[in-house]
Amino acid sequence: MQQILNFFIKNSYKLLFLLLLGISFTLIVKSHSYHRSNYINSANAFTGGVYEKINAGQEYLSLKEKNALLAEENARLKEILFNKKDTILDIKKITFNDAPFYTVKKAKVIKNSYNVRENYLTINAGEKSNIKTNMGVVNERGIVGIIEKTSPNYATLISILNIRLRVNAKIKNSDHFGSLTWDGKNVGYAQLIDVPRLASIKKGDSIVTGAESDIFPENIPIGKIDKVFIDKKTNYYTINVRLFNDMTALGYVYIIENKSKDEKQKLEEQTQTTAK
Amino acid sequence: MNTTLSNIIRFIVFIFLQVIIFNNINLFGYVNPYPYLLFILLFPVNGNKNTLLISSFLLGLIIDMFSNSGGIHAMASIILAFIRPNLFRFAFGISYEYQTVRIADKISSERITFVLLSVFIHHFVLFFFEYFRISLFFTIVSRALISTLLTFVFCLLIIYFIKPSKR
Repeated sequence: MQQILNFFIKNSYKLLFLLLLGISFTLIVKSHSYHRSNYINSANAFTGGVYEKINAGQEYLSLKEKNALLAEENARLKEILFNKKDTILDIKKITFNDAPFYTVKKAKVIKNSYNVRENYLTINAGEKSNIKTNMGVVNERGIVGIIEKTSPNYATLISILNIRLRVNAKIKNSDHFGSLTWDGKNVGYAQLIDVPRLASIKKGDSIVTGAESDIFPENIPIGKIDKVFIDKKTNYYTINVRLFNDMTALGYVYIIENKSKDEKQKLEEQTQTTAK
Repeated sequence: MNTTLSNIIRFIVFIFLQVIIFNNINLFGYVNPYPYLLFILLFPVNGNKNTLLISSFLLGLIIDMFSNSGGIHAMASIILAFIRPNLFRFAFGISYEYQTVRIADKISSERITFVLLSVFIHHFVLFFFEYFRISLFFTIVSRALISTLLTFVFCLLIIYFIKPSKR
């Protein structure tokens, strides 16, 4: 017993080092598995609070640009509104058919990240504003990401600039589906993979979100086709997409809740089980 | 007492500088300096080893919390803290313990070797665990080298600014 104690006292420094090494290694392994670690997260009250303070200061420097973006978006919305043939009738139709499916909330990005391969952002809205995991996040230019974790006042979201994220997307003209991923290299470009060779593709075509996705509504802009490759292993197209969104400068974002998601998933599950 | 207090202040100041300024530099879109590791280098040579180990672990962990990066900063920091005596021996010769080596004193070739080597080791561990893939070895080394240069420049600047207060 004495000897064991002596051993611990003698090697306490090395043992401490090994212990700390073990803790950090566990944290690293956890952070590299798909379900993110529960302990280390900028959605917690302390780090979230600090980021909100920092962001409040930074916001004053970009007021002009934010105003310009809002005015741009207003103009676009007005354009849609004025082009409707009969606005009054249409609003009635919308409230009866479309409105219950999607609700939209606003939040602000208080921590942006784009310089690593797995980027996560923090926004200043959480469970108190009914934000839940797996809601889609967009801004005025296009998609931003998907909510990953929430705390009472903050939420983190997995950015489209994250090698783990896959979003169902399609080519606007031809309706051919593919998966949008990121190769971790350039912040201005994402990759659309698994597009069938039948699809007719032109440089400059728009890529939008597809109807298969439970998270995003259809036809949210993503980017433009920049380059097309043929994947030699699978014989599918891989398309380099120039993103509409500037992921290095994000301000206000909109969180989309799909109310019909549960219903749709339940139906699909039932179909699967009866088919078996 | 005086050194303990200055170490605590340094700990807090380096975290804030890292989170508020250095994490947002993003040179060429992705290169960030990490001068917070100066805390580990500037820790007194004769100071308590266990304190250094624990405080560098906490330092890394807090930086990790702010950058959503798991435990990579904590890992890199404790490895640097652990091999710091060996680096001292390598840079300043075997009798480093008997002299009061102060990195902040004067910028000499020995001190530059020490800082550069420490920064590179820290960054190599950091990027190795960030990518976590052997097949990306050259990407890891090149990113570590680029970041090392940037961090080194900021370290020298910070040392230069700390210097007058030491006299």
